[in-house]
Amino acid sequence: MSRLLALALIWLACTAAAPVKLITDISQSRIDIIYTFKGAELLVFGAIQYANGQVPDEPPGLAVVMRGPAEPITVRKKARVAGIWVNTRSARFESAPGFYAVATSKPIAKLVDQRTATIWEIGVDSLQLSPTGNATPAETEEFEHGLIDLRRRNGLFAEHEGAVGISQNILYRARIAIPSSVPVGSYTAQIFLIKNGEVIAQSTSPVEIDKSGFERWVFVAAHNHALAYGLAAVAAALLAGWGAGLVVRRT
Amino acid sequence: MNIYLPIAEMSVNVLVIIGLGGLVGFLSGMFGIGGGFLTTPLLIFYGIPPAIAVASAATQITGSSVSGALAYWKRGGVDVRIGAVLIAGGVVGAALGSMLFKLLQALGQIDVTINIIYVVFLGTIGGLMLREALAALAAQKAGQVAPTRMRARNPLVTSLPFKMRYSESGLFISPLAPLLLGVATGILTAIMGIGGGFIIVPALIYVLGMPAKMVVGTSLFQIIFVTAVTTLLHSVQSQTVDIVLAILLLAGGVIGAQFGVQAAQKLPPERLRLFLALIVLGVAARVAYGLTVAPSELFTIYAA
Repeated sequence: MSRLLALALIWLACTAAAPVKLITDISQSRIDIIYTFKGAELLVFGAIQYANGQVPDEPPGLAVVMRGPAEPITVRKKARVAGIWVNTRSARFESAPGFYAVATSKPIAKLVDQRTATIWEIGVDSLQLSPTGNATPAETEEFEHGLIDLRRRNGLFAEHEGAVGISQNILYRARIAIPSSVPVGSYTAQIFLIKNGEVIAQSTSPVEIDKSGFERWVFVAAHNHALAYGLAAVAAALLAGWGAGLVVRRT
Repeated sequence: MNIYLPIAEMSVNVLVIIGLGGLVGFLSGMFGIGGGFLTTPLLIFYGIPPAIAVASAATQITGSSVSGALAYWKRGGVDVRIGAVLIAGGVVGAALGSMLFKLLQALGQIDVTINIIYVVFLGTIGGLMLREALAALAAQKAGQVAPTRMRARNPLVTSLPFKMRYSESGLFISPLAPLLLGVATGILTAIMGIGGGFIIVPALIYVLGMPAKMVVGTSLFQIIFVTAVTTLLHSVQSQTVDIVLAILLLAGGVIGAQFGVQAAQKLPPERLRLFLALIVLGVAARVAYGLTVAPSELFTIYAA
């Protein structure tokens, strides 16, 4: 009996001291790209477990960040040379995410200070793209803007300020749109609980985006058995052209 | 109705792609051309990455040339020996072209190169065709019979060594001439995603002096092989052949070609050539405009 009481006391003590916790789930932990894929929408949702179960009166600050695999890229800029537009200058970035979307409970500038935004990469302007090469800071910034602007217009970078819905200051949910041109790979959803501009809790959930079925089969064949794929492509084109010719002549 | 292309990694509207194939097929049925010079720029305008547009258009041309080539073959309209020399040159050209493609891609200059080549070639050939078509129409109006062009013997070609007899076409020429022609078109196939018929056909007639009844069949015969080799090269070197895209284009192309053939029978050939010249010049003008006007997007992103 006394042992049970001691356990209960310890549990109470723990919950009392326990920091605030974020519990998260995602509507899908895997997105299969099949032939009908037109993009997807992920619902990131969960609850905030407050210390001592004391729910504050004011709504919590939340940021949901979904990011895709980072890869090295080259950004090129066109300029007019002898009347035509040609790629002239370029800059290299070692770790540009192929997809980055952030949803927040209020405007990013009001949610976090610049330092916190940079540490946790909250907001597209706070991404650490790791520029390399001997470009001047001004040039690097110009190319960064170009990159971000282009990816934003393709839906691959997105900021949804105020898009995190909160109920009873405990439950939260955010929808993240995934466009069809999204790169495949391992994604992560990071959820940040923010108070006074500082991150006080966070949680991370993985999401796999991969081609599936016929799409995956074709992609794998093209990359792992390139010659066989090429021969099959030629055979398919010849057969289709020949067969279609026959059908059309009959009718 | 959308479909996700496994290699281009994007969702496209099936009906738009089939319609695009159909439009090009209609024109190719009408004018007896492969139409690659229209397919590739149209795919790029639609948003398909240029490298994938070029490679997949080559695959589509392989398929769309088969039934025509077979029909000419049955009629004895294919000079296999000259065709083989053209193919040998074409394979070398395709290999050179795909290496050049890779190099230009690494330098970031592939798009502008493709466009400049388009403007130069389509502008030149469209201009020549327009002049000829207008002259033929004017001659017709004046009540004269359009002068049939004499089979030309280019002095440069006749002076080449190692002459051989090609009995099917009644030619006695050096194989170096068709070999070089093959190399030139092979390079264009690999870089631009075109069959090159609009270059081979006039070259065979006016430079080599081949009889007209053998020209189209021989050209189609060589196009099948060179585009097939190009498909293989792109598959192995850059994995840019999207078979789903090629098959969709092919489906539209076969249907469109039938309507094109019917439409062609209702129009006099001089008119047809005039229309074709205007379309070729139109594409050249559109590409030239795209090169000179300030692009809406100055930046482009390349992996690695």
